Amino acid sequence: MIKRRPLLGGMLAAGTVALSGARARAATPGVTATEIKIGNTEAYSGPASAYGMIGKTEAAFFKMVNDQGGVNGRKINFISYDDGYSPPRTVEQVRKLIEQDEVACLFNDLGTPTNTAVEKYVNAKKVPHLFLATGANKWGDYKRYPWTIGFQPSYRTEAEIYGKHITAATPKAKVGILYQNDDFGKDYVNGLKDAFGDKYDTMVIKAVSYESTDPTVDSQLVTLQSAGVDVLVTAAIPKFAAQVIKKLADMAWKPQHYLTNVSISVGAVLKPAGLKNAVGIITGAFIKDSTDARWANDPGMKEWRAFMDKYMPGTDQTDGNTIYGYAAGQTMLQVLRQCGSDLSRENIMRQATNIHDFVPATLLPGVKVATSPTNYHPIRQMQLAKWNGAHWENFGDVIEGSGS
Amino acid sequence: MAGLLHQILSGLATGGIYASVALALVMIYQATHHVNFAQGEMATFSTYLALMFINLGLPYWAAFVVTVVLSFALGVVIERVLMRPMANAPVLASVGVFIGLLLIFNASTGAIWDYTTKAFPTPFGDRPLLGGYISGHELGSTAVTLVVLLLVYVFFRYTRLGLAMRAAAYNPVSSRLVGVRVGWMLALGWGLAAAIGAVAGMMVAPIVFLDPNMMGGILLYAFAGALLGGITSPLGAVIGGFSVGVIENLAGAYIVGTELKLSLALVIIVAVLVIRPSGLMGRTIVARV
Repeated sequence: MIKRRPLLGGMLAAGTVALSGARARAATPGVTATEIKIGNTEAYSGPASAYGMIGKTEAAFFKMVNDQGGVNGRKINFISYDDGYSPPRTVEQVRKLIEQDEVACLFNDLGTPTNTAVEKYVNAKKVPHLFLATGANKWGDYKRYPWTIGFQPSYRTEAEIYGKHITAATPKAKVGILYQNDDFGKDYVNGLKDAFGDKYDTMVIKAVSYESTDPTVDSQLVTLQSAGVDVLVTAAIPKFAAQVIKKLADMAWKPQHYLTNVSISVGAVLKPAGLKNAVGIITGAFIKDSTDARWANDPGMKEWRAFMDKYMPGTDQTDGNTIYGYAAGQTMLQVLRQCGSDLSRENIMRQATNIHDFVPATLLPGVKVATSPTNYHPIRQMQLAKWNGAHWENFGDVIEGSGS
Repeated sequence: MAGLLHQILSGLATGGIYASVALALVMIYQATHHVNFAQGEMATFSTYLALMFINLGLPYWAAFVVTVVLSFALGVVIERVLMRPMANAPVLASVGVFIGLLLIFNASTGAIWDYTTKAFPTPFGDRPLLGGYISGHELGSTAVTLVVLLLVYVFFRYTRLGLAMRAAAYNPVSSRLVGVRVGWMLALGWGLAAAIGAVAGMMVAPIVFLDPNMMGGILLYAFAGALLGGITSPLGAVIGGFSVGVIENLAGAYIVGTELKLSLALVIIVAVLVIRPSGLMGRTIVARV
């Protein structure tokens, strides 16, 4: 009995070597003659679960692509796991995607803390970490993390645009900031610092934070109101944004309200908070709003609507996450098309960082996806929009942020 | 000065939320001498049930009553099916079941009703009162919490059933000897706690909005409230809940800053356990071994 063990162990080891040898020979992980595997982590449960709709939309989008014949003769196998917006679970799921499922690339993984937990690992593994569904400014750091690239305008760019508008429209404003106490919220504080420069301390009279575990933000709003704030910038995830809008109405307090683009979904934020309570809120937009009559005959939105009716029947079409997910899916498809028959990880990354003015169907006119090996901020433009009670009404020009 | 007053009133309103959930915690503790970690998720589940009935066209109060009754039944069933086999198991085994229940309720709530934040109607109207210091709903829900408190107090203090329940939790063996049906008392406790949780959920949801994780943060503060007031005392739990709301607001606004607000709840829990484990109004339970 004792003697058999080394033999058995030797056989196992030989088997492992043979297996890993076979794997090493496969030049393109996650790609076969008939299939491309794309991995994704999403908050289908947990505090940020309203965004789960993005993953559902992308799954439906790739199903449509497959029904239409796939890309480069291959079908897309979109593997999306729930991480509950919890970084330890993201680590677990991303490891599973890379090591067990052996995906070709990761696409549109949701969240700033979650992606932060895996960026080092993914870059060490040299797996394309594409178009992250987070607006943190850090995803543009192509020198340190060449395999990680963001997607939407960064929060910092967005806040800079709000700051510019505040300076122009209400130069004597007493600005108050309500921000989530993490990278996401702090990007807005930094963006306003970018915009106000050395005037920051005179412009911003109060900045208060909340934790995503807080039950309410009532106390913070009371603090801002009693400080005499007349321009409020809110950097909060949907649930708290809805609370803020409702509470402002309850308090009968009407500051000029700038709201992060993260939380402008009509279905997930404004409807629960009360559509009337949100009138006058200003945000920065880069996707079209499905409730806006201007896009009734827009070819891009018609395309999206046809997709929604066929592949996501019964889904609330006022939920902006579906419109965002469609644009992200199209961008991924564009990269795969650009790849042609070379679907190696190196080439996927090369193509993802060489997108020249691609226009997804659901982005606002004038907003483009453009990347280069030294610019990892795919979308850098926004147009301000004001909620008029029925839809987001765009005003002013498309503003390009510095994309630092 | 207006700011201070507003912070206190807003703290009382938030404290009302904690108080109502703390009552459910006291209920389950009184009946079983355990704290059910799934209490919050069960309440969220019940709240979704209520929303379902309202969307089906039931008037608010009809949906309210149906939900409370169903939640009671659900609590009883859980005790009978899941907790009963645990009767003689160590406490840690029960805790394992509680955490399992928490995950099951959280995930199935999301799977059934999805995770999108939803608005929940209030029967008290949404008009700002006192110049925006407090909303109609906040006033109404505080009144409901006080009514529930009164009912719980009267139940435990003046009814035979309440006395039997306390006895069953305190000394199961002797209770059984004098004819108390201990098993059913525990089931009843679970049912009542689930029903109170349902009421709390329906009162909380219009303020914080309904999503499957609605109760996550709230339960922690409610636990701090229940401990502060004394987990054996319904009145103490309510006072504790309101106090935590006010303390949290005042400390957050004027002393420690918003970044340490959550830590404050944990500090309260630890401080109470170290200095006065029975809480402000609770009785010290001495068990002879």
